[in-house]
Amino acid sequence: MGYEAVIGLEIHAQLQTRTKLFCACPATFGAEPNTLTCPVCLGLPGALPVLNRRAVEFAIRAAGALGCTVHRESAFDRKSYFYPDLPKGYQITQYTRPLATGGGIETDMPDGVRSVPIRRIHIEEDAGRTVRGPAADRVLLDFNRAGTPLAEIVTEPAISSPAEAVACLKALRQILMYLEVCNGNMEEGSLRCEANVSVRPLGSTEHRPRTEIKNLNSFRFVERAMRIEIDRQVAVYEAGGAIEPRTMCYDENADSVRPTRPKEEAHDYRYVPEPDLQPLRLSDERIAEVAAEQPELPRARRARFETQYGLPRSAAEVLTAERPLADYFEDCVKLWLDPHAVAGWVMTDLLGGLGRDKVPVASCPVTPNNLVSLLKLIHKGEISHAMAREIFAEMYRSGSDAPTIVHEKGLAQVSDAAELRAVVEGIVDANPAQFDKYLAGNEKIIDFFMGELMKATMGRANPAVALEIIKRKLKK
Amino acid sequence: MSLYGIKKAVLSREISCVEAADAFLRRIDALNPEIGAYLTVTRAQALDAARRSDDRIGAGRRDEIGHLEGIPIALKDNIATDGVRTTCASRMLDGYVPPYDATVVSMLKQAGAVLLGKLNMDEFSMGSSNFFSAFGPCRNPWDLSRTPGGSSGGPAAAVAARMAAGSLGTDTGGSVRQPASFCGVVGLRPTYGRVSRFGLIAFASSLDQIGPVARDVRDCAILLDAVAGYDPRDSTSMPTPVPDYLHSLGENPAGLRIGLPREYLDGGCDPEVAGAVRKAVETFAGLGCRVEEVSLPHHKHCVATYYLLASAEASTNLARYDGVRFGFRAPKTADFSEMYTRSRTEAFGPEVKRRIMLGTHTLSAGYRDEWYLKAQKVRTLIAREFAAAFRSVDLIAGPTSPAAAWRLADRTDDPLAMYLSDACTVPASLAGLPGISVPCGFTRDGLPIGLQLAGRQFDEETVFRAAFAYEQTARWNMTPPSLGHSTTKSAE
Repeated sequence: MGYEAVIGLEIHAQLQTRTKLFCACPATFGAEPNTLTCPVCLGLPGALPVLNRRAVEFAIRAAGALGCTVHRESAFDRKSYFYPDLPKGYQITQYTRPLATGGGIETDMPDGVRSVPIRRIHIEEDAGRTVRGPAADRVLLDFNRAGTPLAEIVTEPAISSPAEAVACLKALRQILMYLEVCNGNMEEGSLRCEANVSVRPLGSTEHRPRTEIKNLNSFRFVERAMRIEIDRQVAVYEAGGAIEPRTMCYDENADSVRPTRPKEEAHDYRYVPEPDLQPLRLSDERIAEVAAEQPELPRARRARFETQYGLPRSAAEVLTAERPLADYFEDCVKLWLDPHAVAGWVMTDLLGGLGRDKVPVASCPVTPNNLVSLLKLIHKGEISHAMAREIFAEMYRSGSDAPTIVHEKGLAQVSDAAELRAVVEGIVDANPAQFDKYLAGNEKIIDFFMGELMKATMGRANPAVALEIIKRKLKK
Repeated sequence: MSLYGIKKAVLSREISCVEAADAFLRRIDALNPEIGAYLTVTRAQALDAARRSDDRIGAGRRDEIGHLEGIPIALKDNIATDGVRTTCASRMLDGYVPPYDATVVSMLKQAGAVLLGKLNMDEFSMGSSNFFSAFGPCRNPWDLSRTPGGSSGGPAAAVAARMAAGSLGTDTGGSVRQPASFCGVVGLRPTYGRVSRFGLIAFASSLDQIGPVARDVRDCAILLDAVAGYDPRDSTSMPTPVPDYLHSLGENPAGLRIGLPREYLDGGCDPEVAGAVRKAVETFAGLGCRVEEVSLPHHKHCVATYYLLASAEASTNLARYDGVRFGFRAPKTADFSEMYTRSRTEAFGPEVKRRIMLGTHTLSAGYRDEWYLKAQKVRTLIAREFAAAFRSVDLIAGPTSPAAAWRLADRTDDPLAMYLSDACTVPASLAGLPGISVPCGFTRDGLPIGLQLAGRQFDEETVFRAAFAYEQTARWNMTPPSLGHSTTKSAE
């Protein structure tokens, strides 16, 4: 019998506000442990939360971009459980009345574009971090992350394969990054994913028991863990067994999905309205205002790149993958109206370098102005393509513009016929055997002379002029 | 000498602030061992602050002299004080020193107040007798064998025994008003949102309010003037303008309409108390107020509603006491679970445990709708009922407590009896209303009786005005307790 998977995602996106959700501590990753704390985020007796309006704005922005309905009134609740890195013994979240509901994540699926429906988006605070100490019996706690703002985005169980889940997560990540509300860094935990997975016979509409998989902190893990869990569930049904709803954890080292210890899941969260915060009331104007600030989203931008710049789909996709890259591309095109040339350089040399050095586009050493200065030299025929690549590499290293490098290194193309003729004569004289081959009718031997010429001029020879001179010399 | 009297005396340099502080400190030395009102006395800081006050008054620069310059004041031990042990009278926080001041503490310091120390209470404010303090009970200065009331027993007893010119307590279900009534002093629960809760260690966040306890209504008004107002650090504090409370006292109460709910003086009320309250209401009639009977039919549900909601909130508020970051941690535990269980089992007292269990149960899956959500709905009904009553009256009068102070250990084994003694104070708490307790007589045993006046939200002015007029006429709080000559002392 064939089976299909039924998958829903719960995504926690860290909202990249300057300060935490309920206090003025910086929400920065990577600081010395426990240096970014105060009585509020440490849950000291008597301290009270004050809502970060910016975090709310970011969450509204995300909800708006995903087509959700942002509610004029939502409210905060306490979710109670004991864990050492949870300072108050409860997490402030939105349970009964979330910020937004509805909407969907536009995703390219194998069978075309589909919108994965969203159930809800709510705002909540992050917990601290538990670190196993150097000694096995010691647990260390870092509360820098405690109180960092998160948007939790919950999809409906409307995804039917691990590949679709990954596509959906990628699409969401791209949108959140475009909106500049989340940096999308899965390694640092800025974007975290959990999944609800169940399987059912193909064509069935029943709801079978589902398991929840945690620790899916890369696209690869998402795909692997789901695959393993789906296969496991199918195998259980095939053997006549039943699936028990429970929480599983993906272990990346063992590449396996295992149940968490039952103790950790016996939770009754005892939700209660958060009495320290007023309900979150938003005027229609405020919601509309935030929505109006929306940037062009990735899908729209990709489509525009295809039509406006005549780029093939694949190039448009690469160039719009990240907002800073798309911005970079368009900045260049504004300065030099040859989108194809710009696209070529950005996609090969620029992305190649950035990818190799793991440098984000935002801190790219080659400014749009500099890249365009290179394109101008190529266009004027002052440098060969091969030289251009060398100059680009130098621009990437030094941050200078192309004319400066050409000047400093004496790299300008040699188009002077007399100068080239002298060099060609020397080469022909030094290689009588090859010359004989030409006389014997081997036309291809021209490439050899061209190669020698380029070596001798360190690639600076203008190829068109050089070819003409070589041919003329050989014919003599 | 009243707080107002001390204020005049130090400003006119009749006495120095150091002399005033020293007098109170000596009185604390003499009486506290018996009464147990203070858990911590900050002698050195108090004398330092007093010296600085003397300097400012000596320099004579008006703009540098605060409204409470040099006045010795004490705080209930659930109000966070930077660098000064704040215990909530719990073993859990024995030795806990907050790294910050509560907003009210900053405001008092700003106003020039001299802080004498931290006052006894029921552990985490849970109790009506001050019996449930991990550091021993506080006693009633009128009769040392009796309770000063609770949970702000320390603040009321300290003021009654003249161990502080005034104090701040906290009121969740009556914890300022009931002890004020038991100790023959004046205590005000301000409107919810009137005074910042930032730094008040939470019992039940939607009900907790900090309120002044003082010898008379005027002193109470002066204290509220110093601590009322919006605080951006407390999202539940309100930006409603703060009037000059002291100024409103002199206004004639004639014409005020005072409602007497028939439910308040029903069977559950001690006849002596009921008699004193009726006489007080007659006094108002004599002052030109219109007294009428009103009905609050949901009154009978108030205590149950209060205990469900307050305990539910408490169960989450007290979850942070886990032994991880501060406070008590049981030694040598094998894992987290054991660490939590043992730390909490060993450091919380019986009443706190009872309420955490009640609250946890109330919020549990399967019970939440039936208990918590229903109680929330009833709370809304109660608030509406008051709003309706306030359309025809300006104030609602009644006994603060259905009985005068009981003997210390009484009712401690009968939580229900103790909970029911809050019947008259919890309604205003649930509705978020301001309420004051003013002395209105004594029982045959010489124990103070309190009259409660509750007003509209943010209308502390009318509450003060009526209470002040009554106090000026009835003058019940002119005699201090005759400490050391207690008639029942030998019976202990």
